Amino acid sequence: MSENTPKITSQFLSNSQLYGIIALRVLIGWHLLYEGVSKILNPYWSSAAFLLDSKWIFSGVAKSIASNPGLLTFVDYLNIYGLTAIGFSLILGLFSRLSSLFGAILILTYYLFAPPFIGLEYSRPAEGSYIIINKNLIEACALFVLYHFPTGHIVGLDKFFINKIPFLGMRF
Amino acid sequence: MSKEQKKNLKEENSERREILKALATIPVLGLFFVNLWEKYRRDAIKKSNILKDLVAEKKVPNVIKNISNNRHLNIGIIGYGGRGGHLVRGAGFATKGWIDYATKAQNKNKLHKALATFMSQEDLNCSLVGACDLFDVNLELALDASENETRPGGKPKNIAKKYKDYRDLLADDEIDAVIVATPDHWHSKIVIDAARAGKHVYCEKGLTRTFDEAIDVYDAVKKTGITFQLGHQNRQVEANEQARQIIEQGLLGPVNLVELTTNRNSSWGAWVWNIHEKANEKTIDWEMFQKPAPNKIPFGEEALKRFFRWRCWYDYGTGLSGDLLSHDFDTINQIMNLGIPKYASSTGGIYFYKDGRDVPDVWNATFEYPDKDLTLLYSATLSSNSPRGNRIMGHDATMMMGGQSGGGSIHGFIVTADNESTKYRNRIEDGIINTKYPMYSYSPGSKQIDGVTSATSQYFASKGLLYTYRDGKRVDPTHLHIKDWLDSIRSGGTPRCNIEVALHEAVACHMATESYLQGRRIEWDPINRKLI
Repeated sequence: MSENTPKITSQFLSNSQLYGIIALRVLIGWHLLYEGVSKILNPYWSSAAFLLDSKWIFSGVAKSIASNPGLLTFVDYLNIYGLTAIGFSLILGLFSRLSSLFGAILILTYYLFAPPFIGLEYSRPAEGSYIIINKNLIEACALFVLYHFPTGHIVGLDKFFINKIPFLGMRF
Repeated sequence: MSKEQKKNLKEENSERREILKALATIPVLGLFFVNLWEKYRRDAIKKSNILKDLVAEKKVPNVIKNISNNRHLNIGIIGYGGRGGHLVRGAGFATKGWIDYATKAQNKNKLHKALATFMSQEDLNCSLVGACDLFDVNLELALDASENETRPGGKPKNIAKKYKDYRDLLADDEIDAVIVATPDHWHSKIVIDAARAGKHVYCEKGLTRTFDEAIDVYDAVKKTGITFQLGHQNRQVEANEQARQIIEQGLLGPVNLVELTTNRNSSWGAWVWNIHEKANEKTIDWEMFQKPAPNKIPFGEEALKRFFRWRCWYDYGTGLSGDLLSHDFDTINQIMNLGIPKYASSTGGIYFYKDGRDVPDVWNATFEYPDKDLTLLYSATLSSNSPRGNRIMGHDATMMMGGQSGGGSIHGFIVTADNESTKYRNRIEDGIINTKYPMYSYSPGSKQIDGVTSATSQYFASKGLLYTYRDGKRVDPTHLHIKDWLDSIRSGGTPRCNIEVALHEAVACHMATESYLQGRRIEWDPINRKLI
């Protein structure tokens, strides 16, 4: 072990704990990458339907985004390429700490724009059964965990950057 | 091996292992892209089939797949005005001016999809070889459209010849089929002459200006056996097919009242259209235009108004009846298979547009179907945009289409249970169905926000007349409707808005018009085919 390796690897986690976290990172990366790529491949995709169906305190913001074509286009690009970039990053373990944080924020936004609270009815049915907690919130939370348990420097391309960019040093 | 060498080897191995570990997840990306490619390929095959097979959602397909390649068809256009231009675009021919307009609109706003929708139309394997219009400018535009190479399928095989008289166009043996998009007062004469000349006909709605003409057209089409399509593109709209299936399944319970509405509030929506700057006695054949009209006037300012705003006078059309009720009537006939009503009565007046027109701008009609225990209401105003939509009211649930409904989309519909429903009582009591919210919502294309902005465009879009969706892809139903007609010509099949359903629309609309004009209830005598 080089002396630059953060403590997490050897001192806190067993191998199965470590590889469990790496698996979580890669699986979420896969999911987000496909969410992004599938939107790139569908020229008709737009966040408009989601935004127009938004409920709770952010619904006003959501509707004003949807009704402004320029802003909507920007938000669409942000989603499409944001998801794709985060997906790549998590799978490759490249800048994965940063992308875990951005991913958590992005997915938390999805949750907050359409939370499954009691009394909020959506025009399109959810793909599962949710009350207050849904998979968005869980995925956002998982990304938050990944932010605090970085693994890109062990299995991932972050290894090559570990000494070069301070933020990616990921020391606890 | 010395100690030093061993140590080096160990370090090298360790380093190699660390590098391999760093790269360990790259194969995951490889796996991802292999699967992505497989999925993309499958989706592409699925999409291309559905785009070609435009009747995929229909229960009983009456159009054979991919027959566009079988036989090249030569078509003619009679009446190349605004609607005629749209119909010809539906067949795959746009003017250079329109392409420029749509290109600019798209460059300005990527949500403007008119050009993309046009260019992704299927090539219908036809040529526009003849064009007839009484206004020289329109005639030139038709010619321009026929030779424009910017189109699905590329360079056209033939280009259009110009005709001032439609009879010369019909005499051209090369022409297989004609699109008739003249004002209504010319429809019957042209359609009957075309049928007798053996040409297949696509006729714009309303079918005719009068009841008698509708019967004559029906007989001529039946006698000659030509393939006839009436221009109700709603027949191609996915949402209507979905609605039909829901009603067939009895999900609304007994339906005793249907309400159809029109709300418009612009001068364009009230047919006060621009008089073309180049319109004059030399460029317009006014005498030919007014030939079948009951009342004639000399050429002048009034004549120009009537030429471009003909929907405002009973001499040339039937106002709200043939122009807008006809769409909604045909849609409800498509969904509920109503046929011709027994009785019709209507009232209204010219309350807002006191501009010399003689057709009402507020008009309400009632149709009775005693054998179906049903009343059909139609209510229209040209001076309020408050959208009421169309409602099919059942004892157990109500379906709302357009207007206030839409379920997140401009052309979907929603079905909401009735709080006094018998069928759903238990489920309402158990809280499974909430009557405040739709229990079924159909919103095709809800992922798409488009550049449809003008009030009139919104009006047509809300009724699903501008766009429909096939596998989530936006398609112009006018294109699908033209394709349905051309495919039926090739296969000998029956188009969706054939002469039988065309007669339903025509008779129902004429009953309501006659009621307004005569100030009494009109009854349909199906045995003698008369209005009494």
